[in-house]
Amino acid sequence: MMMAGKKLNSLQYLGQFAAYALFALLLGYFSESPKYRHMEEGKAVIKLSISHAGKIVGKCRKPTAEELAGLPRNMRMREICPRERSPVSVELVTNGDILYRETIPPSGFQKDGVSVVYKRFAVPAGDYLIEAKLKDQLGDERYDYVTKKAISLKPRQVVVIDFHPNKNGFIIN
Amino acid sequence: MSGYTHNLFLSALRFVEKGLGAVFTDRFNPFYYLGSLAFYFFWIVAVSGIYLFIYFETSIAGAYQSVEVLTVEQWYFGGVMRSLHRYASDAMLLMMGLHLYKEWVTGRFRGARWFSWVSGVPLVWLLFAAGIGGYWLVWDELAQYIAVLTAEWLDWLPIFSESMARNFLNNSWVSDRFFSLLVFLHIGIPLALLLGMWIHIQRISQPMTNPPKRLALGTLGTLLVLSVIHPAVSQPPANLDQSVTLINFDWFYLHLYPLLDLGSPEAMWLVTGLITFGLFLLPLLPNKKRNPAAVVDLEHCNGCGWCVADCPYAAIRLRDRTDSLPHEEEAWVNSKLCVGCGICVGACSTATPFRKVGIVQPGVDLPGEWLEKLREEIYEKARASSDKSRIAVFGCQHSAQEKLPGNDALMVLTLPCIAALPPSFIDFIFSRNIADGVLLTGCRESDCFHRRGVQWTEERIAAQREPRLRDRVIRERIRLCWCGDSIGELKDAVTAFADELAQQTSEEAGTE
Repeated sequence: MMMAGKKLNSLQYLGQFAAYALFALLLGYFSESPKYRHMEEGKAVIKLSISHAGKIVGKCRKPTAEELAGLPRNMRMREICPRERSPVSVELVTNGDILYRETIPPSGFQKDGVSVVYKRFAVPAGDYLIEAKLKDQLGDERYDYVTKKAISLKPRQVVVIDFHPNKNGFIIN
Repeated sequence: MSGYTHNLFLSALRFVEKGLGAVFTDRFNPFYYLGSLAFYFFWIVAVSGIYLFIYFETSIAGAYQSVEVLTVEQWYFGGVMRSLHRYASDAMLLMMGLHLYKEWVTGRFRGARWFSWVSGVPLVWLLFAAGIGGYWLVWDELAQYIAVLTAEWLDWLPIFSESMARNFLNNSWVSDRFFSLLVFLHIGIPLALLLGMWIHIQRISQPMTNPPKRLALGTLGTLLVLSVIHPAVSQPPANLDQSVTLINFDWFYLHLYPLLDLGSPEAMWLVTGLITFGLFLLPLLPNKKRNPAAVVDLEHCNGCGWCVADCPYAAIRLRDRTDSLPHEEEAWVNSKLCVGCGICVGACSTATPFRKVGIVQPGVDLPGEWLEKLREEIYEKARASSDKSRIAVFGCQHSAQEKLPGNDALMVLTLPCIAALPPSFIDFIFSRNIADGVLLTGCRESDCFHRRGVQWTEERIAAQREPRLRDRVIRERIRLCWCGDSIGELKDAVTAFADELAQQTSEEAGTE
């Protein structure tokens, strides 16, 4: 006699039912519960999002005769311009308090890309005087773009501060 | 990890396995089919997903509405399919997590198994990406939360020239084109997952990718019932002009997301990176217990191919003969894939102890004339016994026979795997009157450490598989006990078997 075939008894069937029920309970419950609180009630969100290329660092110059002679005819330019761009400094002030201040380097190996900043701030709902500042060139300490706007934030409201140099700088909406 | 902690994790696993084994039996224990159940749930997700895709609108305005139509207006089928899609994907993740835990805690990632382990690690990422991407498509408040947080997380990588999160600043920033990309990803990532799953099982022979029918029907029924009584529903539609506050959360897929809220993208990358790195490195841990690889003795290999058919790791293949013997092919062992389980030795057609002259010389053997030493050990233990050993107990390295109390009536021998024992050795023990009974013990049924050892042993003894146990061997004198490392169960089996043998002997004496 080797191993006898096992016949399930009613207790085992009951156990299987319980196991499947537990499996269903586990899936059904944890697929949506417990609820998760991402943000407290009564708060609003300020999103600061900027993608802006700083000014070119350095000035263009005329190539020397030797440099021109060393280049193929189709690559001979009137001016040689540096590619590196200036870091972009950003400051965000709400009701007189600095919420964010950072200098963001340009992207890319040659430092010739845009400077990108994205920040999300949860703040209590209420009235705010927002002051956004940006400087995109080396040297002078003053900000090149400054925008002030008074806003009233409702709970859960999202306000976006974006930057478009062609549209007079910051856009707050 | 300390031995104590490891034992704790192993004990927890064995506790659950034992409980499930008691109600499902070892043959249908769900914890012995975790990998195949994950495969099975993948197919349920795929089939239900295809149906959902037919009705799904790939646009910001249409996505939420189309899912709502399926859920509410077509609740009797579309809604059930949606729920099935969600619950099966949760179940797949759960099975994958348990599968990973089990393989880790039982050490089934070492040696030749490194490939399956390492190829499994990217599957974790792919499954999370597929599941989280699916939630994104519903475009409700949960999707909004996931979209913003995932974009912020990915932005930490210095590979994007623009910020991904800028796509989700407010409603005016989201585009249908970006949404189409998400749909493409939600189809492409599962396909990559399927490819990865196929690669994952390439280094093992006869992989089990389907659970037993009973389990398949049981789990499908459970998911269907759950889908009907607790259907998956959407949350309020996404509105990027308003922030999400309190949301229903799928903790299976999103349990790490609170890290993004509490800490930062760096913390999340650190945690996920360390876990991934650790998983990749795990097979490099020193393996003290590694068995040496099998070796082929060409002089005694007739190229029958039985070892090739039985090797669970596809570590043996047949190739053209390289000597002058009159056989077409010969066995060849890839030592990089071989784990030294000895199943090939048990399958060898020339592995017989019935030799009057010379030593046991199978065509394939473990190094150091292992099979001959096994025969010597049997003789030695039989001689050492003051009385004839009434029961010869053969067990594998993962079972409990060595914990049996010393007893003259027991002869205990340990093999790398129970299927390393050629059936001819059982015949030999009875022929030489070494024992009255043979008890074979090993891993739990369907949970053999070397995948197929238990199955091959049963089939060989039942004369359903080569090498078959000869008909002249009385099967009543053989007992199989697949009780793993449970010494209690083994003791009970030995006691019961001894009683049966005693009864048989007295009945035979009475007949004579």
